[in-house]
Amino acid sequence: MAGIVSFGAYLPRLRLERMGIMQSMGWLAPGLITAAQGERSLCYWDEDALTIAVAASRDCLVGMDKSKIDAVFLASTSLPFADRSNAGMLAATLNLKEELSSADFTSTQKAGTTALVAALDTVRAGDKKQVLVTASDHRLTKSSWFYEMWFGDGAASLLLGKENVIAELLGSHAVTLDFVPHYRGSHEKYDYNWEERWIRDEGYMKIYPQAISGLLKKTGTNIKDVAKLCYPCFLGRAHGEIAKALGAAPQQVAGNMHAEAGECGTAHPLILLVRELEQAKPGDKIIVAGFGQGSDALLFQVTDRIKDLPKRSGVSGSLARRKPEKTYTKLLKFNELIETEMGIRAEVSNQTALSTLFRDRKLILGFVGGRCQKCGTPQIPSQRICVKPGCGAVDSQEDYEFADQPAKILTYTADMLAVSVDPPAFYGMVEFEKGGRMMMDFTDCDAKAVEVGVPVKITFRKKYFDRERGFTGYFWKAVPQA
Amino acid sequence: MATGIRDKVAILGMGCSRFGERWDMGAEELMVEAFLECLEDAGIEKDKIEAAWLGSAMIFVNVGLSALPLPMALRLPNIPVTRVENFCATGTEAFRGACYAVASGAVDIALALGVEKLKDTGYGGLPNMGSNAGPSRFLQMPNITAPGSFAQLASAYRAKYKINRDDLKKALAHVSWKSHKNGALNPKAHLRKEISIEQIMASPIIADPLGLFDCCGVSDGSACAIVTTPQIAKDLGKKDIISVKALQLALSNGYEAQYNEWQGDHFVTTDICSGRAYKEAGIREPREEVSMMEVHDCFSITELVTMEDLHISPRGGAIKDVMDGFYDREGGLPCQVDGGLKCFGHPIGASGIRMLYEMYLQLLGRAGKRQLKDPKFGLTHNLGGFPFMNVCSIAIIGKYGA
Repeated sequence: MAGIVSFGAYLPRLRLERMGIMQSMGWLAPGLITAAQGERSLCYWDEDALTIAVAASRDCLVGMDKSKIDAVFLASTSLPFADRSNAGMLAATLNLKEELSSADFTSTQKAGTTALVAALDTVRAGDKKQVLVTASDHRLTKSSWFYEMWFGDGAASLLLGKENVIAELLGSHAVTLDFVPHYRGSHEKYDYNWEERWIRDEGYMKIYPQAISGLLKKTGTNIKDVAKLCYPCFLGRAHGEIAKALGAAPQQVAGNMHAEAGECGTAHPLILLVRELEQAKPGDKIIVAGFGQGSDALLFQVTDRIKDLPKRSGVSGSLARRKPEKTYTKLLKFNELIETEMGIRAEVSNQTALSTLFRDRKLILGFVGGRCQKCGTPQIPSQRICVKPGCGAVDSQEDYEFADQPAKILTYTADMLAVSVDPPAFYGMVEFEKGGRMMMDFTDCDAKAVEVGVPVKITFRKKYFDRERGFTGYFWKAVPQA
Repeated sequence: MATGIRDKVAILGMGCSRFGERWDMGAEELMVEAFLECLEDAGIEKDKIEAAWLGSAMIFVNVGLSALPLPMALRLPNIPVTRVENFCATGTEAFRGACYAVASGAVDIALALGVEKLKDTGYGGLPNMGSNAGPSRFLQMPNITAPGSFAQLASAYRAKYKINRDDLKKALAHVSWKSHKNGALNPKAHLRKEISIEQIMASPIIADPLGLFDCCGVSDGSACAIVTTPQIAKDLGKKDIISVKALQLALSNGYEAQYNEWQGDHFVTTDICSGRAYKEAGIREPREEVSMMEVHDCFSITELVTMEDLHISPRGGAIKDVMDGFYDREGGLPCQVDGGLKCFGHPIGASGIRMLYEMYLQLLGRAGKRQLKDPKFGLTHNLGGFPFMNVCSIAIIGKYGA
């Protein structure tokens, strides 16, 4: 049987209070007050759709055997590269094997569920054992706009396969319709949105019921037997009315997480699904549906194996790892929506040598170093000659993954001179407990948490943006654990 | 069997430009300023110089590639000239090249000149390298600054010796306070103002825990030396001959940066390099025998921990020596008598030779208001790079035969 083998999720820890937007921009757009409740998740300056996808995927792969993954699908409408496989980058960050299929699913808000359907079809076809599907979004809007409040940033990840399934696929149903609540032209930065009342009446209220009732019919399922319905809808009243139209009771509807995170684009149906899986019981039937130019709806039934899944952060862990933020201008600066003076020091050449990047890909994207097969010393970066004094073995290094190794701070500083979007720049020497050390940037850093000996976790983040050439460079950073 | 450099090379003359924000001069004019003083001091015509070494570090904001700027500026007669760069040890490297040429017998008289023009970048601090740091390093190194790099010594030093933040900050303030006192006496220094401990402690933080006054000046300047054999120096009529006692370098190999042993609190290279330098110079008890030092005080914390790596203060004992005034001009082993990098300034390529210039003046009794009583050995030290990956150079000079 095909289904979900594992799941994971990630929301950035920053939660912008919507009232902060109102307080800054209400003079211009007083209507914002109607949406200025609760908070939205916000990518830090060094996070984007790829980095949060990596974080969600790593969460999903806790305790899993990565060698079984035969394909990686990444769904998003806000990926950093228009022509460079973002899914391929995701696979490299996870240090998956090279003999692998990969594809980006994009251009519609239902891309997350569409990728999920495609992944399950792939698994059922039998050629590929496991497929990793990750959906993530980090959407930009113009300032002082309801969507700026409704949107959040987040990612979710599902591992699909036929063995050790924690939720079995009972069926899926898809509807494709060129219904355009908003669009974004190929080279545009922002969406162009049509009236919400029309989106509600002609879109949400008709297309979701069409897809979900189609699914129920196809699988011979009575709506009353479904434990949870997971579908995004940022219009609060409409969210409940869709379930009513389907004959479902309010308690059968998974909350849309508007109050605590906002709607995270293509990732949102998967985020809602993961949140339900975290508390689901064996036997529960769960429907997940996405909405874009049409809708995909999938029905899963939770199995006994869900009890054996190793502990992960998931949506609940992400929600708990929360840092409230009141300052709206951080959203503008982190997303480069305002131009600020950064000083001449910032005018530095940051061209990426693509040939170097390819040679160093295991280190840069995968955070893979080496371990000397003669003396056993882990070291990063891996070099041809072993670093251990007295060893000096040549070409003795085998690949060694550092990203999940326990580590702590050996030295650090908080630097006010270094160019930073959120000064001071924290960095220092990170020492891995089983061997190896590296001078690394710190991120998601609270000044009080930084001290020699404090444990850190390693996370994949943006390192630089080459504005002249439109290239985003990534590397791994350390997050001090308070 | 190698016998080392001791007493094989004499300094025939030295020169040093005024350091500072030399808006009036480019690197070429600064080289001429140092060279004219040096040539007059040496008492020779420039056509006697048979080979030259040029030290300059930040090529993209300075003289650029190749050694050509030196013979072009000084109008040297088609002699061999080599440009060297080795982070902050660049000046000492140029000096080493010239000394080795003389010691080998390849030439009789050689010139070493260091120069740096840092103040044409348009902003404070050292230039930001970006991808010019090297395509691979750029992809993985943090956007690290010099103060941020060295500030980390403080975090590890505090952790290792369980020192509270304020006690270390006070000792660091004393390090800078002392150098400002000395720099005020030096007409060629970049920063010539005494400042109080309170001012230092209250200065804005640059890289925690280092404040503005924990950081050395970023300066333009040039310094040079003409070297020859002691015999030729005598033949040219020199009476007080200053000779080279030791010239050592030690470079990191990845041990500090990649192997889990070093604790981040000191300089492995300086520890090794100083031991070799004392041996080469025949010094057994450095705390007693070394008369004065110019060390690489790019930041106050660098100077403090270097006192231990030079085997002058015991491990964990530098704070006590600093607070006791042991390194003050009136103390047991005066350090940074000319103001140091802190106040004389730090035009990278020139700094090593500028340190030797002060030792040379002191040994000849020409240091004016800063003159120490009867010094015998002067030690200079440079530390280029980062605490975890660096180039250390040490030179010791003294009276010939001492």
